[in-house]
Amino acid sequence: MYEGVVQDLIDELGRLPGVGPKSAQRIAFHLLQSDAADVKRLADALTEVKAKVRFCEICGNVAEGEQCRICLDARRDGSAICVVEEPKDVVAIERTREFRGRYHVLGGAISPIDGVGPDDLRIKELMTRLASGEVTEIIIATDPNLEGEATASYLARLLGPMGLKVSRLASGLPVGGDLEYADEVTLGRAFEGRRLLDV
Amino acid sequence: MPLYRDQAIVLRTQKLGEADRIVTLFTRSLGKVRVVGKGVRRTKSRFGARLEPGMMVDVQCYEGRNLDTVTQAETLAPYGDAIARDYTAYTAASAMLETCDRLTEEREPALQQYLLLAGALRSLAERSHDPALVLDAYLLRALAIAGWAPSFHDCARCGAEGPHRAFNLASGGSVCPMCRPPGSAAPAPETLELLAALLAGDWVVADGSDPRHRREGSGLTSAYLQWHLERGIRSLRLVDRETRVDTRRSDSPAVELGGHADRPSTTPVAPAQTGHRA
Ligand SMILES: [Zn+2]
Ligand SMILES: [Zn+2]
Repeated sequence: MYEGVVQDLIDELGRLPGVGPKSAQRIAFHLLQSDAADVKRLADALTEVKAKVRFCEICGNVAEGEQCRICLDARRDGSAICVVEEPKDVVAIERTREFRGRYHVLGGAISPIDGVGPDDLRIKELMTRLASGEVTEIIIATDPNLEGEATASYLARLLGPMGLKVSRLASGLPVGGDLEYADEVTLGRAFEGRRLLDV
Repeated sequence: MPLYRDQAIVLRTQKLGEADRIVTLFTRSLGKVRVVGKGVRRTKSRFGARLEPGMMVDVQCYEGRNLDTVTQAETLAPYGDAIARDYTAYTAASAMLETCDRLTEEREPALQQYLLLAGALRSLAERSHDPALVLDAYLLRALAIAGWAPSFHDCARCGAEGPHRAFNLASGGSVCPMCRPPGSAAPAPETLELLAALLAGDWVVADGSDPRHRREGSGLTSAYLQWHLERGIRSLRLVDRETRVDTRRSDSPAVELGGHADRPSTTPVAPAQTGHRA
């Protein structure tokens, strides 16, 4: 145990996801030895992020105003919505530069064992967005684990009767890996989602 | 024994750190163990889907000071994957896995519970029966293995031969007119027949049952389960009843589930219209 404020800092850092007690201590001492200006920049960034950043009223992504950058961008295709679990998934898909539509952030996946049901996610908000008829395609990009799969099953059942084009991101083999290391479910999905080669 | 190998069903997973998970395994011979799956959340993890809830695997673990670590896992039956593709089955499976977690103790072998869960998951994965019936059959039999077998025919108190009209949770099921505590429920006789069939594994009777009696039976089953457990089963509230929604309004009398005097924390359930809501 350290004295007063140093221990307070270690305790606060230790509450962050993925930071254990040892890491918290290391970060705390790193900060103590850093320039005052560097630490101030970090402190300002922390304060500002809480003061300025909100969640987009349309899609639920992080936003600096009432709406996020993507919802405000008129060049994006308003007929397609990609449904994701978390704002960080928006960032991951944006990095691919494959998708030019807009997003909808659910805020998690359906997990009955954790008490999270459909009503705890932003599914009602998604249905509201579909009411105008502008959207014709939904791409479900929930996590490729069983909770994400079950959430996709729920959405597919809900969206099916609405006459939209509904697709789910393909699951497949990780690029750069060896086939023999793939588990049966991943390999099975890769078979299901196989594509024709141009010959 | 620093290294052990066993057959196991994944009951649940919880995030740990950046990319790891704590995986609750229900093993065939050791009982329930909590192990760390290192790097399982990375898309390139060699475990892939093997350590997801509802999967049956052949695992090898290394004993650690606090938690053991999975070193190898091979799929025996990918029930979880088949189940997640059907939302109704997924919610039923979630309630089964949570109940199993609650009824078992760490490192206490429970082979009967293991075999029961494996059979129920297979049934959901293969779409053999209405998922809600599979769930109720599982719950009743899991409770019976735990020593709380309800009676749906003879009087649970004095053994007088049934069938009896009254049903009382605290007494353990059907009760004769002599033993019947005030506030006992009076479910439809067909509902009690259905529950007896589910407990006995008589699927011909169960599959042929009326949706109205399935609904009433589910209400009684979940109330009976919650009665025996200290805390409620969270997943039960979220069990998807869509496949069995019946547009006819039930005309059976609201079931009273009285007799909670010595267990004030348990909330009675009104089963007929609301499904599982405890
Ligand atoms: Zn937005
Ligand atoms: Zn009696």
